[in-house]
Amino acid sequence: MKDNFTTINEDYKYGFSNPEDYLYKAPAGLNEDVVRAISAMKHEPEWMLEFRLKSYKKFMEMPMPWWGNQEIINAIDFSKIHYFVKAKGGTTWDDVPTDIKDTFEKLGIPEAERKFLGGVTAQYESEVVYHSMKKEFADQGIVFLDMDSALKEYPELVKRYFGTVIPFTDNKFAALNSAVWSGGSFIYVPKGTRVDTPLQAYFRINAKNMGQFERTLIIADEASDVHYIEGCTAPSYSADSLHAAVVELVALDGAKIRYSTIQNWSNNVLNLVTKRAAAYRNAVVEWVDGNIGSKLTMKYPAVLLKGEGAHGEILTVAMAGNGQHQDSGAKVFHLASNTTSRIISKSISKGKGRASYRGWVKTIPGAENCVSDVRCDALMFGDESRSDTYPRMEIYEPSTKLTHEATVSRVQDDQLFYLMNRGLSETEASSLIVNGFLEPFTKELPMEYAVELNRLVALEMDGSIG
Amino acid sequence: MSLLSIRNFSVSIENKEILHDLSMEVEADTLTVVMGKNGTGKSTLAYALMGHPAYKVPSGEAIFNGEPIVGMAADKIAKMGMFLGFQQPVEVPGVTVVKFLQTATRALNGGELNYDIFQEELLTVLEKLGIDQSFLYRYLNDGFSGGEKKRLEILQLLMLKPKLAILDEPDSGLDVDAMKVVAEGINMARKNGTAILLITHYKRLLNYLNPDRVIVLADGTLARDGGMELADKIESDGYDFLTSRIS
Repeated sequence: MKDNFTTINEDYKYGFSNPEDYLYKAPAGLNEDVVRAISAMKHEPEWMLEFRLKSYKKFMEMPMPWWGNQEIINAIDFSKIHYFVKAKGGTTWDDVPTDIKDTFEKLGIPEAERKFLGGVTAQYESEVVYHSMKKEFADQGIVFLDMDSALKEYPELVKRYFGTVIPFTDNKFAALNSAVWSGGSFIYVPKGTRVDTPLQAYFRINAKNMGQFERTLIIADEASDVHYIEGCTAPSYSADSLHAAVVELVALDGAKIRYSTIQNWSNNVLNLVTKRAAAYRNAVVEWVDGNIGSKLTMKYPAVLLKGEGAHGEILTVAMAGNGQHQDSGAKVFHLASNTTSRIISKSISKGKGRASYRGWVKTIPGAENCVSDVRCDALMFGDESRSDTYPRMEIYEPSTKLTHEATVSRVQDDQLFYLMNRGLSETEASSLIVNGFLEPFTKELPMEYAVELNRLVALEMDGSIG
Repeated sequence: MSLLSIRNFSVSIENKEILHDLSMEVEADTLTVVMGKNGTGKSTLAYALMGHPAYKVPSGEAIFNGEPIVGMAADKIAKMGMFLGFQQPVEVPGVTVVKFLQTATRALNGGELNYDIFQEELLTVLEKLGIDQSFLYRYLNDGFSGGEKKRLEILQLLMLKPKLAILDEPDSGLDVDAMKVVAEGINMARKNGTAILLITHYKRLLNYLNPDRVIVLADGTLARDGGMELADKIESDGYDFLTSRIS
C-alpha cells in the first residue's frame, strides 16, 4: 500500500517539513490522563474538562462510522497517535520561531496577508502560534481568535454555543475531537456588522503520527455577514496522519456566513471532518468545500435550516487521484417552513482514484414549502477510476419541492482529440476540461484561490492521464 | 514540394480497413474538394491525418510541410500548422469560447499571447462573420445549435490561421444564410494563406467558392480526380456514375 503513495508524496508540492521543535508532546495513545493533561496544560475551566471527559467516554463506546471507507478507518491504530503537541511560538510575529516562519514563507502566508487578508490565524501543529487581527476589526467588536484564547477571553460566549451544533455524541470522530481538541478558530461577528474582507487561516500538520483536532466555531449575530477561508497544506510523511476537525457555524436571524475551504493535505492524511451549520430565520449559510489532497476524506458539510426563510448552499468539489478516496457530499435538513437549499457537487476521479458523493436532504412534517435543488456531476478519466453516488432523500412534508440531477461522464478520446487539435497537449487539454467542469465552484472563490485551484488542477493532471 | 503528400495511405479502425492505398497531393494556396458517398472514408482520412489515436495507419505515409506525420500526436501536428474543422465539434462545459481561443492561440504560438493583437483580430473576425460578442462568453459548443457550432469552427479557422485546414462537412445541416457565412469564412481563410481540403457531400457550398480541384472517393480510395465538372456531374447524376468505372 505504502509504495503506491510514494510517488505522490514525492511530487507533493508543499511536501517540505521542518525539524520538529516542541515545548510539549503528549505520549502516543489516548486515555483519561491524556485528556486531563491537555485540559490542565491549557488551564481550562472545569466545564470544558467535563465536556472532554464525557466526550472521551463516548468516543471509546461509539462504533466506527458505517459509511465511507471501512477498510481504511478500521485500520486506524489510535494507540499510535499523539493527541497533543504544543509548538514553540508567540503571539507576535517576532516571537514566531524561524523555522516556522520559513514554513509560512514557503506557503506565502505573510505576503498573502499583506495583499488581501483582514486578519490571520495560522495554526501550526495543534496550537495557534501566530495570530493577528487588524485594529478596525477590534473596533467593530469582531472577535477573531484561536479557540484556546477565546475560551479564556470569552468564556460565556464559547460555553453558550460550543458543541451545540455538533454534539459530542454525533459520530466517533466528532467525539474524539471533543475530547482532545486543540486550536482552531473562534469568530464572533456582532449584530448588523459586515466583514468585508474574508478572514483566513492556514492549517498544517508537521509532526510524525500527529493527530490534528482543531475546533472551529463561528457565530454570526443577527444581520451580520462574514466570509471565512480555510486553506490546508501539509508536509508529506510516510505514516498516516489523522485529521479530525469539528467546525460549527451559527448564523442567527438574518445573518450570512460563507465558509470556504480548499483542502490539499498530502496523500497520507486521513481527513475525517464534521462540519455543520445552524441557520436561523432568514439566515444564509454557504459552504464552499474543495477536496484535492489526503488519502481519505470523509466530509459532508451540513446545514440545519432551523428558522423560517433560511437558505443553505453547499458547493463541493472532490478530486481523487491514484490511491485517493474522496468520500464527500452534503447534508441539508429543512426544519422550518419556506426554507431553501441548493447542493452542487462535482467530483473528478482519475487513475485508480475513487470519488463518492454522499448526500442527505430531509424535510420534516410541518416544514411547509421547502425547496431543494441537488445536482451532482462526476467526471472520470481512464478505465480504472471509480465514482459512486449515494443520495438519501427523506421527505416527510408533501409541499416540498425537490429536484435531483446527477450526471456521470467519462472524458472521451474525442474530447481530448478536439482540444489537442488546437495545439493543446494532453495535459493541457485535460486541465482545461477539468477547470471547465469545476467552473461553477471556482467562480465562487476569491480570485487568488481560483487561480491557485486552477494551478493545482494543472499539477494534478500533469502526466497522470491514462 | 506539395504542402501535403499522401502516399499509398491505408487507414483502419478496430482492425477494419477503411481507406486503401490512397495517394494524393495538396498544394499550398489551393482549395481541394473531397467528395464521396457516406462511408467512403472521407472523415476517416481527416481523422487519420490529424493523428486521432483510434485511427491506425498500417501502411503508407503522409508528409506535411516536408515532415512525416503518421504516428505523431494531434497537438504536434496542430503546431506544425494543420487544422481540422470538425463535423461534430465536442462540448466543453465551463470553458468560455474566448478562454478557449486564447488557450489555443497561446499553445500554437509557443506559449505567447499578445492580448492586444488577439483582441483586435478577434473583434474583426467576429464582425466579418456577423457573430455577436456575447458568443465569446458562452461555454464551448455547450448547448450550441448545429449552425453555431459550424460558425465557431470557422471562427477558430480564422483566428488560428493554419497552413492547411481540413474541413469536414462544414455545410452539413446549415440553411442557406448560415452556409453563406461559412463560405465567406473559407474565402477569408484563403486570403490568410490557408490551403483548404474541403470534405462535402453537396455542390451547393462550392457555388460560393472557387475550388482548384475536386477529388471523389469511392470504396475507400481515389475514384476520380478533376475539377468542378465532377461536382456538377454528382449534382445531376448522383454518385452512381462512379460504380461503372470502379467495377
